Amino acid sequence: MPEISRDEVAHLARLARLALEDSELDKLAGQLDVILGAVAQISEVTDAADVPPTTHAVPVENVTRPDVVTPSLPRDAVLAGAPAAEDGRFRVPQILGDAE
Amino acid sequence: MSYETDLAEFEPVIGLETHVELGTASKMFCGCATTFGAEPNTQTCPVCLGLPGALPVVNAAAIEATIRIGLALHCDIATWCRFARKNYFYPDMPKNFQTSQYDEPLCTDGYLDVDVDGEVVRVPIERVHLEEDTGKTLHVGGSTGRIHGATHSLVDYNRAGIPLVEIVTKPVVGTGVRAAAVAKAYVTELRDVLRGLGVSDVRMEQGSMRCDVNTSLSRPGEEWGTRTETKNVNSLRSVERAVRSEVERQAAILRQGGSITQETRHFHEDSGTTSPGRSKEEATDYRYFPEPDLVPVAPDPAWVAALKDALPEAPSVQRKRLIEQLGLSDLDAQAMVNAGVLDLVLATVSEGAPAAEARNWWLGSLAQAANAQGVDAGDLPITPAQVARVVALVAAGDLTASLAKQVVDGVLAGEGGPDEVVAARGLKVVKDTGALQAAVDAAIAADPDAAEKIRGGKVQAVGALVGQVMKATRGQADAAAARTLILSTLGVSE
Amino acid sequence: MTDLTRLSAVETRQAIASGQTSAVEVAQAHLDRIAAVDGHVHAFLHVDADGALAQARRVDDGELTGPLAGVPLALKDVITTEGVPTTVGSRILEGWVPPYDATVTERLKAAGIVILGKTNMDEFAMGSSTEHSAYGPTHNPWDLSRIPGGSGGGSSAALASYQAPLAIGTDTGGSIRQPASVTGTVGVKPTYGGVSRYGLVAFSSSLDQAGPCARTVLDAALLHEVIAGHDPRDSTSINAPVPPVVEAARTRDVTGLRVGVVKELQGDGYEPGVTARFTEAVETLKELGATVSEVSCPHFGYALPAYYLIAPSEASSNLARFDAVRYGLRVGDDGVRSLEDVMALTRAKGFGAEVKRRIILGTYALSSGYYDAYYGQAQKVRTLITRDFQRAWESVDVLVAPTCPTVAFPLGAKLEDPLAMYKQDICSIPANLYGGPAASFPVGLSEGLPVGLQVMAPTLREDLLYLVGGALEDAIPYAVPPLTWETS
Repeated sequence: MPEISRDEVAHLARLARLALEDSELDKLAGQLDVILGAVAQISEVTDAADVPPTTHAVPVENVTRPDVVTPSLPRDAVLAGAPAAEDGRFRVPQILGDAE
Repeated sequence: MSYETDLAEFEPVIGLETHVELGTASKMFCGCATTFGAEPNTQTCPVCLGLPGALPVVNAAAIEATIRIGLALHCDIATWCRFARKNYFYPDMPKNFQTSQYDEPLCTDGYLDVDVDGEVVRVPIERVHLEEDTGKTLHVGGSTGRIHGATHSLVDYNRAGIPLVEIVTKPVVGTGVRAAAVAKAYVTELRDVLRGLGVSDVRMEQGSMRCDVNTSLSRPGEEWGTRTETKNVNSLRSVERAVRSEVERQAAILRQGGSITQETRHFHEDSGTTSPGRSKEEATDYRYFPEPDLVPVAPDPAWVAALKDALPEAPSVQRKRLIEQLGLSDLDAQAMVNAGVLDLVLATVSEGAPAAEARNWWLGSLAQAANAQGVDAGDLPITPAQVARVVALVAAGDLTASLAKQVVDGVLAGEGGPDEVVAARGLKVVKDTGALQAAVDAAIAADPDAAEKIRGGKVQAVGALVGQVMKATRGQADAAAARTLILSTLGVSE
Repeated sequence: MTDLTRLSAVETRQAIASGQTSAVEVAQAHLDRIAAVDGHVHAFLHVDADGALAQARRVDDGELTGPLAGVPLALKDVITTEGVPTTVGSRILEGWVPPYDATVTERLKAAGIVILGKTNMDEFAMGSSTEHSAYGPTHNPWDLSRIPGGSGGGSSAALASYQAPLAIGTDTGGSIRQPASVTGTVGVKPTYGGVSRYGLVAFSSSLDQAGPCARTVLDAALLHEVIAGHDPRDSTSINAPVPPVVEAARTRDVTGLRVGVVKELQGDGYEPGVTARFTEAVETLKELGATVSEVSCPHFGYALPAYYLIAPSEASSNLARFDAVRYGLRVGDDGVRSLEDVMALTRAKGFGAEVKRRIILGTYALSSGYYDAYYGQAQKVRTLITRDFQRAWESVDVLVAPTCPTVAFPLGAKLEDPLAMYKQDICSIPANLYGGPAASFPVGLSEGLPVGLQVMAPTLREDLLYLVGGALEDAIPYAVPPLTWETS
């Protein structure tokens, strides 16, 4: 039975860029515990057998497209929904972290 | 000299991670154009913008290019592999995950042999995989254009989604004091291989080839040390300097009993040193999982074999062949490799210049000019074709050696091609015998003493008259021809 | 003139084609009905009257023809429509107008279908009751105090309340079928890859499928043919002919069909009324000539836990793009806060509780140290479930089970207990994990509320679903909701 601490939830929230209130963190920790307890049971059946994972229902391979240029969206359509734009670019507040 | 002493005391392990933008017409997962320099956000679509509901479709040419790169690097090509999502948040990432490859890359386990000081070093390659490039962020409001101090940033997604090939070496050990040279030689040779394949224009200064350098030090017999990763290495020279800088920095710390922080560092062109990147609160967990919007890639072995057969001659093989053909000595070849001009010499020869002249120019004044400007010879604003043209003009007698030097200086200064510089500066050798005779007559008339001395047998005195003729023709007379003409005019033989 | 809104799609098309009415009249009648009743039901988030009438005019002008030309349709708001707001039931996309049509949208338009508007849904398709919509719940037309099912409650409620004869839903864990079951309508989830996902805002990429919803089996089949088929813009789309669903819907002959009742999808936890209607329906199939047996699918019990690892994991990644940069909500940008903070605040305000819960769950299941234990194991369960299905096909042609263990429950009844809510999907999830086609057909009422029977078929055999559905439809007349709340 996993025990998810509030700290762990806080860490996950940072990874997922979600600013959660303390009360939310506590509530989530409790709910996640219950859910994870319920899902942990799958190890009953997967631990035993040597079972390969399935990631796709239908086994298709090698789907590609030719290297041909197709029309892009007009720039005003691109920027239309932007919360903020400047000089044809998307404008964002000060970035703290480095690019990867 | 610290680098050399450092590597007498410590053993280096280096690693290189190179990102190459493929020169495909369209992007990795959509049909947007990839041309450099377009107006911001004019080459984007729902897919490369990561709009809700958009889906990727793999560019067949990108797969082929990556396989050819793997084959040229002697890798095993996967018979079945997948794309994976690398999850992290950054504004230049439209989906906040990068579609890349994780534990199932397209190519693995290869090598690239590089020439360092006459010895062959085999750089082992871990993997070659395919992913997509990010958009570009402009940081506004600060003084340096970097993040630090910026008030806000502007994002352009034209580059987002361009196919990117990542080539990762295994740790390179046993290089000793040649670590920096090996790193530079590897990147150089890799660039040449990629150029030869025609898969990318590999221009480091434009960002179509990017290098991260990993460095660590350890004392002989001990386990490998903590390594740092250096980014923003934007030229071949910087590769070498980055290694040297990190070695010196780490050695100094270790000698004092300190420990190396595992971190990402930023290379600075101006100082040739590195500084730490932003400290992260916690290491990033990328939560890789197989990309569910794409299906596996299973290259047909027969097709892969055909690609292998059709690979062009490796640059190193090509070079050896040309050196032999041109009768250049090994010593010559080595000197040219060391100066980073071998391919330039060969290119100049292929443009029609004799090997010796090509060698002289590139090893001589052009190498000096590169050094003076702090750039690689290949980055000088003169092309092998232009050098060949200058050599041809000298051979035709249109330029003397000293005039040729002026022409080359003019080209380097951005005044245009050789012929344009000749015309603009009026540098052509005076071949018109009438004009030369006139200048000779004038010099003789102006200096009767010298003329007397020469007639009297003091041939050395001709020098003064030659000087006058050169002055009168603004250096465009052929000095030897002027001398001959002066003597014959005075009726004196050699 | 008959009430145009009570006609099936086929009848509507006949009326238009024969000149009895026009597409514009039909469209207007439905727009009027929406205006009259949707205040009670709240099926629609956005009604596009102008767009609908313009499309109807194109049909009347002869520009667009086909078996469904001029027939109105309600489109789940998870599918992009160019120039028409698409919210996915979330605040984070409030006011977002897509610059492109989904493939499904394109095909609907090309077929002359008249899209009336976008329907309500659980936010980002996460839910089984439409109570997690940021715009308020939809009410079940059978009993306004009850849920219409989810995540596609809006589409099914629109059908059941005669606001549209056709609808499109999407199904990741049962979101087409369960709403169909609790509203007494028809809902079909095609084989994974059978309908293009291009323009379907992703929840769980390896499970999501769009599908047809209607009041009759033939209507659903005709709609199925319009939207299904290969799309080169979706790499997971199947490159094979659409199964003969219309033919099967017309034939509806189950003589000799081998029907397997899933042993593990019955018993405790299933309301007696649901079990009763289901058993009767199975008997009916027997009477119509099918052979019925019981089939054990021993791993179906693990489908729910596996799903609640796989779907949130993929969702946590799919929803990362909602970051206040390129579109959608931006909160807290006061000129001082960093981008990281603005992102985190925006996502906290823009996403509802259920979405946040699943994002955290998914982030956990994928995180280093936990991937193998959770996401990795769950994908193994998919293999085991697939093997259960494949083994079943050795002895039967289709599998049947109740679509959902309960009838429509009261609004609010399961909101505080996520696990109880998740159990609504216990019967529907296995087909999603396998990737095969499945559908829900109405098979009568229990205490005045609809019960659905689920049919599951092998991959690319959706025709078998329509065969069974058609047979049931002939034997069990469509139950018309009393709609007592309607003002006359």
